[in-house]
Amino acid sequence: MAPSEAVEAASVPAGTAEPPGAPAVLEAVRVSKRFPGVVALDEVSFALRAGEIHALVGENGAGKSTLIKLLTGVHRPDGGELRLGDAPVSFHRPYEAQQAGISTIYQEVNLVPLMSVARNIFLGREPKNRFGLIDFPRMHREAAELLTGFGVRADPRRPLHTLGVGTQQMVALARAVSVRARVVVMDEPTSSLEPREVETLFRVIGELHGRGIAIVYVSHRLDELYRICDRVTVLRDGWHVHTGELRELDRMRLVSMMLGREIAEVRRHGTTGFGDGHQAERRPVLTATGLTSGQVLRDVGLELHPGEVLGLGGLLGSGRSETAKAVAGALALDGGEISVGGRPLRRLTPAAAIRAGISLLPEDRKAEGIVPGLSVRENIVLAALPRLSRAGIVSRGRQDRIVDVFMKRLRIKASSPEQKVGELSGGNQQKVLLARWLCLEPKVLLLDEPTRGIDVGAKAEVQALIDDLAQEGLAVLLISSDIEELIEGSDRILVLRGGAVAGELTGDRVEESELLAVLADETADETADATVGATKGSAAPEEPAAPKEDRR
Amino acid sequence: MTDVPITLSARGLDRSRVTGLLQRYGVYGAVAALLVFNAVFTDHFLTVGNLRTQLVQVSPIVIVALGMALVIGTEGVDLSVGSTMALASALLPLYLGYGLAPALLLALFAGVVVGLVNGSLVALVGLQPIVATLALFVGGRGLALVIADGQLKQIQNRDLLGLGTDSLLGIPLVVLIAGVLAIVIAFLVQRTTFGRQLVAVGGNRAAAALAGLPVKRVLIGVYVVCGVLAALAGVLATARLTASDPSALGNLMELSAITAVVVGGTPLTGGSVRVLGTVTGALLMQLLHATLVTHNLHDSTAQMAQAAIILVAVYVARERRSR
Repeated sequence: MAPSEAVEAASVPAGTAEPPGAPAVLEAVRVSKRFPGVVALDEVSFALRAGEIHALVGENGAGKSTLIKLLTGVHRPDGGELRLGDAPVSFHRPYEAQQAGISTIYQEVNLVPLMSVARNIFLGREPKNRFGLIDFPRMHREAAELLTGFGVRADPRRPLHTLGVGTQQMVALARAVSVRARVVVMDEPTSSLEPREVETLFRVIGELHGRGIAIVYVSHRLDELYRICDRVTVLRDGWHVHTGELRELDRMRLVSMMLGREIAEVRRHGTTGFGDGHQAERRPVLTATGLTSGQVLRDVGLELHPGEVLGLGGLLGSGRSETAKAVAGALALDGGEISVGGRPLRRLTPAAAIRAGISLLPEDRKAEGIVPGLSVRENIVLAALPRLSRAGIVSRGRQDRIVDVFMKRLRIKASSPEQKVGELSGGNQQKVLLARWLCLEPKVLLLDEPTRGIDVGAKAEVQALIDDLAQEGLAVLLISSDIEELIEGSDRILVLRGGAVAGELTGDRVEESELLAVLADETADETADATVGATKGSAAPEEPAAPKEDRR
Repeated sequence: MTDVPITLSARGLDRSRVTGLLQRYGVYGAVAALLVFNAVFTDHFLTVGNLRTQLVQVSPIVIVALGMALVIGTEGVDLSVGSTMALASALLPLYLGYGLAPALLLALFAGVVVGLVNGSLVALVGLQPIVATLALFVGGRGLALVIADGQLKQIQNRDLLGLGTDSLLGIPLVVLIAGVLAIVIAFLVQRTTFGRQLVAVGGNRAAAALAGLPVKRVLIGVYVVCGVLAALAGVLATARLTASDPSALGNLMELSAITAVVVGGTPLTGGSVRVLGTVTGALLMQLLHATLVTHNLHDSTAQMAQAAIILVAVYVARERRSR
């Protein structure tokens, strides 16, 4: 399992790899995987060469996740074989893949939130003292060393859940690396990271690369792929489309292979689905003033006009999501007023906000959006139930009509309206949620990361839809960590920092350098906070208490 | 024994399909298999008289289980149903002097109050359902004993006794009531705003709240419905027994009800309510017990067989989810 072993394994020629380049360290040969009703992978071959960073791309439903799950022992292939080095292997459990040196970092952090950072890193292989008990001092020391290597300054004794998502991701990475992996699989590791944390991640990836560890890198962000990856494999609808050097492939060509569309079409529309600016009306439809909530929001005010897209910029933890939640009545406020069409809302609850015409598409699709066990139909009509019923009895006919309209308009791909939402791809789940809100005919639509974790095709569709909606006179608030999306999609951008408004970009100033300039201001005065990621408040008072508990 | 017909017809399908089918139709298949078994091996089992007895005996469990299924659909559980039955039973004799209607209304009202307390503890205070309803599980029966002065009271009221013994068109009233309630609850779950919101609250509470659903109202309503159904079951059981016996009536009923719900395929994780499955689940446990007892197996053996069925049901449900 030591790095040297990886080199040994790699030096043995593997018969089935393509002729040029280093031999494959991990290989899938014509693997297939079927799930009830779908063929997720159809005779797909994939070869990871020793020491390379290999991008794996494709739309949702292309089979990336399934391929990763085959490589890491979560699923077993129905056909074809896996080869590790030059020998065929079959993993019955993820643990066996880990033992063979394949570590995985999943899109959603996969750790134990209530345990300490150090325990998470060493879970299942804790250092023991001579009594066979866990050697906490040693574990904490080693964990601290590991984390420092990744530029994370967090106390390893703190419970994991008190850290920001980005920092948790680093802990997951530290865990993966410390098990002496020779292959690390990363499934969208940056989707919840701040730009600064992404830099740290890339530095760590560079280090792993230097040690000869092969990396499978899955991401929707093309910038990242071109920055760090050597080769790329493109999948589409369970088929293998292309494998080759990434450098020899321009972006348009890559996107068109992923989408299966003509290059000319992609180019005409640009890489995002947004059109030009919108004509906004003068009178605001929504006014929020003095929104204050503990340390999270401090006197935030904003105006939204019909027909405009207002971008909400800021780093992770700057109060973007909280602002949206406050406006939607889903965050308890210490103070502030929200009025729609000049009328102040008396009670700030989600139900009251919805009645006033405010709809929020939440950031966390799984936890706060979909009801996975219910059908597409029921998820769409969820918020509209009272409107679709008479005397408490729901009309099935009216439901079906609405569902039909929105499934067509948003091009929701499901086997039928009765399919469970949990079975759909991320992009389609997001469209279902958009349909849930649009069928209420809102005046104000708050979109928190509407395109996060969805495939390129659906992303463009959602962006185009946002555009259409604004054109139809809806007021849209857009939150996005994707700077390109924020800039191209917004008519105006309000920048938040530390829970307060830091600046506003209008007209020609809505561009990347201006936004970065406002954002960059922050790094000067708040570097200390930044290392802890999105952790709320200061960490100092908690720390003295933590060690005692852990030593027990 | 229970799976044979299904596994045979499903041979060649993959494993997850089989467990899926089992979870959806296993309980119906099991009841059918039991009936076939008894038709062949048990004398005088498939007679009108016996089936009638079985149905009358299972009816109170079905009624309580219907309410329990709703509560479990919201990711909750109601342990106080047995005590609610005792409470309703203890209240009955107090007002029977004014006639059946006032006494019945008072008993059902007790169910409403129990439901309001349980629902408020869960929805407003935010207690775990198992802890919140444990309070009235203990306290409810205590209150019932205080009301009844710890004594068993014979029931003389003809109207009330009629509830337990009369028949309409040859069907015992108790069975008829349970059947009608099952249809009402199925309609409630499938077709009403309340029912759909209930399932959504159980499936993902945070999402339901953000979608503007009246989460607290739905939760309280669910516990109230469960309380009223338990109180009604208490009244019917009292009528069958021809006596109000708050110290014994409804003992272990919460477990029978939960068993029926689980065996019927409603997941304990919420987000789904299977009404017909629940009714069939109660029927399965009843028939299984009756079958074993008529074959001269001891009561304790029957209990172990029931335990095995529960394990199978939970195992099948688990298989399905981990797919």
